[in-house]
This record gives sequence, C-alpha cells and structure tokens, in this order.
Amino acid sequence: MTAYIVRRVWQMLPTMLGVVLLVFFLFNWVGGDPAYVLAGKISNQEQIDNIRRQLGVDQPYYVQLWIFIKQILTADFGASWSTNERVSHILMTRLGPSLTVLVPLTILDLMITISLALAVAYVRGSLTDRMVMIVTTVGLSVSILVYIIVFQYVFAYKLGWFPVQGWGDSFLENLFVYASLPIFIGLVVSIAPNLRLYRTFVLDEINQDYVRTARAKGVSEPRVMLVHVLRNASIPIITNLMAGLPGLLLGSFLIERFFSIPGIGREVILAVERSDFPVIKAITVYVAFATIATNLLADLTYKAVDPRVQLK
Amino acid sequence: MATELATLRAHSPAGPRDIPHTVSPGLWTLGWRRLRADRVGMVSLAIVCVFLVMMVLSGTGLIAKDWAREVGVNYAPPSFLGAEAPTAPLETPSIGLGAPGGNAPLANYKSDIVDPLADVIAELKGNKPASAAGAPTPAAPSAAEEEKSVDPLADVMADIRKNEAKNATVPVQDRLATLPFGGDKWGRDVLKKTIKGSETSIFVGIASAFVATFLGTLFGAVSGYYGKWVDDFFNWFYSVFNSIPYLLLILAVAAVLQQKGTMTIILILGLTGWTGVFRLIRAEYLKHKAREYVQAADAIGASNARRMFVHIFPNVSHVVLVQLSILVVAFIKSEVILSFLGFGVPVDVVSWGSMLNEAQNELILGKWWQLVAAGTAMAILVTAFALFTDALRDALDPKLKGRVGA
Repeated sequence: MTAYIVRRVWQMLPTMLGVVLLVFFLFNWVGGDPAYVLAGKISNQEQIDNIRRQLGVDQPYYVQLWIFIKQILTADFGASWSTNERVSHILMTRLGPSLTVLVPLTILDLMITISLALAVAYVRGSLTDRMVMIVTTVGLSVSILVYIIVFQYVFAYKLGWFPVQGWGDSFLENLFVYASLPIFIGLVVSIAPNLRLYRTFVLDEINQDYVRTARAKGVSEPRVMLVHVLRNASIPIITNLMAGLPGLLLGSFLIERFFSIPGIGREVILAVERSDFPVIKAITVYVAFATIATNLLADLTYKAVDPRVQLK
Repeated sequence: MATELATLRAHSPAGPRDIPHTVSPGLWTLGWRRLRADRVGMVSLAIVCVFLVMMVLSGTGLIAKDWAREVGVNYAPPSFLGAEAPTAPLETPSIGLGAPGGNAPLANYKSDIVDPLADVIAELKGNKPASAAGAPTPAAPSAAEEEKSVDPLADVMADIRKNEAKNATVPVQDRLATLPFGGDKWGRDVLKKTIKGSETSIFVGIASAFVATFLGTLFGAVSGYYGKWVDDFFNWFYSVFNSIPYLLLILAVAAVLQQKGTMTIILILGLTGWTGVFRLIRAEYLKHKAREYVQAADAIGASNARRMFVHIFPNVSHVVLVQLSILVVAFIKSEVILSFLGFGVPVDVVSWGSMLNEAQNELILGKWWQLVAAGTAMAILVTAFALFTDALRDALDPKLKGRVGA
C-alpha cells in the first residue's frame, strides 16, 4: 500500500512539471511582456524597464522558470497586480466561502442523486422513469445563466426569501442566509446531469447475475438495492465525483459572481478581468495539483469500497 | 466511404464473375437507415438543420441583416402583450445585478459601480440614436483599464459610429410601440437579434469543435498508431491538459490573449477542448493497428501516413463524428458563458451570451423577453443537438444502444 502510494506520487511528478511548464509557457511566452500589461499604456520606457527588473522578465527564460518553480514551492507568488494583496492571502481567505457553498452542495447533490438514481433505475422503462429522463433532458438544455438569472430574480428580488447577494462574517449566517439560494441553484443545475449518469451506473449493475442470486436467496428488495447494487455502482460514482471535485471549485464561479460570494471562482473571474496574472497563475497551478492528488485519492477509495480492486 | 467500400468489393477477385453478387450496405448506409428509423433523431436533425440554415442565411445577409435598426420604442413589449402605457422614458439601467467587482448589496450598487461605458453610451444616445450595437458590455472597470487614459473601446466605438451611416435610423415618432417578440434597450427587434446571435454562437461552436476534433484525432492517431515513446509523450501531454479544469484553462488562456474576437474564442475553445477526442481515438487506433487489414496494407507497402489516415481512419470516423457532435453542444454552452462574462465575442458582435448579459439587467425592470428569446433559442438547439447526437451514436454504433444514457 505504502509502496503503491510512493510510486504513484513519483509518477505524478512529470505531470506536475508539465502543468508548470504549460502555465509558464502561457503566461511568460504567449502572454507577451507582462510589464506592458502591468504598466498600462501611459508609462514611459524607464518605468517599464523598472517593472521588468522587478518581475525578473529581463532574465533569460530558464531563470524565469526557476523563479516560477520557487514561487510554487514556497507558495509565495508575491502580491496581486491590482490590489497589492498577497496572493497567498487571497487564496487562503477565498477558500472558506467557496467551501461553505461547495461542501453542502456536494453532499446534498450526492444524497439526492444517488437515491433518485436507485429509485428511477428500479422502475426502469416505466412512465415515471421516462418522465424523469425527459425532465432532466430539458433541464440540461437550459443554460446555467438562465437558471441563475431567473432564480435570483424570482426568489431573492421578487419574493425576497433570500438576500439578493452578499456575504457575512459568521459561518452560520453565511451558510443559512447567504449560501442557501446559491446552493439551491447549484443543486438544480447539477442534479440533472448527475442523475442521468448515475442511473446508467445503477442500470449496469441491476441486470448482473449477482443481483438475481441475491433475490433468489430471499434478500429483501431494499437490501438488494442499497447494499448489493449500490456498493457495486459506487465505483464509477466515486470516479465521477472525484474527477469533478477540483473543477467544482471553479464550476461554481458563475454562482459566486452573481451572488458576490468572495470565493475562489469569483477571484478567478476578477483576476482575468484585471489581467492579474499572479493570481491566475497561482490558482491554475494549485487547482491542477489538487486534481492530480484527487485522482490518487480516488484510486485509494476504490480499494476501500471494493476489496477486489488490485492496486498495482 | 460507402461507395469506396462498394467499389473495393466490386473489384475483389473473390467469387467467379458469373455469380451475381449483391453489394452489402456499408456502415454509413446502415447508419443512415437506422437514423431514419429513429423518429426522435430525425425530428432533432430537422431542428438542427433549421438552425444551420438560419445561421447560413443570416451569415450571408439574407435575413436579419438589419437587426441593428432601431425600429421600435425602447423596450418595446412583444405584440401579444400590447403596447405599454406611455410612461416616463426609461433610463439606461445602471444597476448591475451581480456586476463584477462588488461585495456590496444591491442597494449600494448605484454608487459603487461605475459603468465603464456610461460616458460613451450617453454621448452616443445624445448625438445619434441609432448606435452602440451591444454597448452594455460586461467588461468590468478593471484596474488596468482604468489606469489607461485612453478609452480601451475607443476604436471599436469609432467603427460602430462609422457603420451607423449604413443603418438608416427610424425617426422617433415612427417607431413601433410593439414588436413581434419585443425590443431591447434601443428598440431593436429581439427576434432578429436572436437570429443574429445564433449565427455567432453556432458558428463559434461548430468552428471550435472542428479545431478540437482535428487536434484530438491527429494526436490520438499518432499516439495510438506509433505507440512507444510517442504514445508516452502524448499521454503526458493529455494528462497535463486534463489536470487543469477545463474552464480554468479557458479563462487562463482568455486572460493571456488580450485581444477579443471571434477567432480568438474559436482558438481558445479548440486548443483546450481536444482531450476527450484524443482519449477515444487513441484507444481506437490501438485496437485497429493490430488488425489484419492494416497488416495487409503494410504488406502491399502502404506508408505509415497512408495506413493511418486512408486505411484506419475511415473505420474510426464514426467515433470522430459523434465526438464532433458532442463538442459542438459543449462549445456553444461555453461560448455563451464566456461571452456573458465579457471574455468572448467583441462588444459589437451579438451572441446569445451577450444577449443574456443585457437581459440580466432588463429583468429587474420587468423586461423579460430578451432573456426568454435567447434562453429558448439556445435550449431548443441544445436539446435538439443532444438528442441528435444520441441518435447518431445509436445509429453508428448499435452495440452501445441501451447502455449509455438510453
């Protein structure tokens, strides 16, 4: 087990290096001279030279790359170009609000979609099943933007059930007052695609021989579905969940932007709007690392769920 | 392809000449037959075709050419609602619901947010009423922009002003009180605007899907065919791209490429979206390169490139087609989100995303028709395209039927 983890971590290194190179290539080569972005159009040559020296872009590329790698390893990306806030501080403070929305959203989404998927797959082919599938198809086709605009207008602006936007200081206030409508919208958007996917996972299992055997030996229906089928269907579900986890952090950026939640996703949008390269670079690199790490975590979870899985 | 196979068979030395042989239908003939039998698939294909024809007609200027003409009053309601009682003229909404860059609750917005285009719009509205195509850009008053003494949009605005001469202005008193599907802030016909917007969104979706599919197929073919270190390299490349969440990668590229334009967004989507195609095509090539027909091609001295693209490619092209179809839907959705955020099409181009951006402010004033028009058009196309993709996949790969999302 330990040997497996060590080897996997060792194998991650080329991918991580690739991410670093890709981001470096994007921002230091494709992006052109950051001094011009930073200085705007009015500054004179002297100012530009000065900025170039501070950023180290007058150095050859390999020195710049080394600076970048050092920044990643020490988690010190300097200060934001637009607000002068430390990038590490930005990341630390924005993570909390994002998680306040995402953790309940993910847990609720999992609970609702798994139970719905089991129920719908159990009555597969029936009218209920087909109606649910049609509703999800239609629901999927409406743009997430339309959901957010309409729900925010109806529930917050017109009916006044929720604050239109904002963020407080206390965790409970944030969770139950400010985050509830964003979480609700997130559920509406995520349930449809996940339900369709999980339903096929359950359907793949429900026709297997072991299910027939379980029924034949008199196992009750709830036990067949909740223990036998669910446990086997959970492997693809875990893959899907884990693969989407780091992306979720950003996937909710539209929600964060509309509701002015000071999270990571909104920070990315602000940074792109302001050409705030250090912030985008830091977020891209760390989210990519998180993705690579969750992939390993997913493999380890398989082992816990399914003892037949051999970790090689 | 089917004809090629047919001729191959016709010339094949198998069987004496006098025995009449029937040409067995190829993959595409069979696929088309199966697709024709699929009623849902055919209906959705028809809807997709309607949209495509609309895109071509609008692109060639046959319909919706005069979408920028201000034919109605400001926010003219849809005809079936009837004209509004004359009220005080609506001011340009300055409240930005969810406008970027503020934590303040809505009440404070007026003082907080400075519309970067307010001056331009006021000037344009004051001088010439027919103007400012898509002026309310989502561009936030970014710090970098504010520092610049020149208006970053000055060039664009100058262009728009130049083009005004072409769009004859309807005098204020002649403007219609209602329009079939309502009017926008400047009294432009929402229906025509939606058609024009579909042109942009669908074109971007299709063009970028072609770029991504081309890259994915090329990489996948090379990687799967050559194997060894080439495969290792492309797999590494794939895992690097795959470990950066898709939207984050798009936003990072958008941040780096400073200029906005339809070509830019096509490139952004195309260059970042090839990974899914790559994985599937690579697997197909791995499977096919060991087959007998490829060995036979090797034996008659076909070059590597010929074996890859003349012999194997037709046998995996149905996978490519389905992937292309899936990507078009995904990219149309991405384009709408990017344009909505202001990282997509330029300010003088209308797309579903920029329409939704305007609609966001209009909804507070109770003007819902632009939101409904853009949202519905997009929903219909996306549903039709998704159903068509399912039908296409079932038709071309019947083994899958009933398994994936059926």
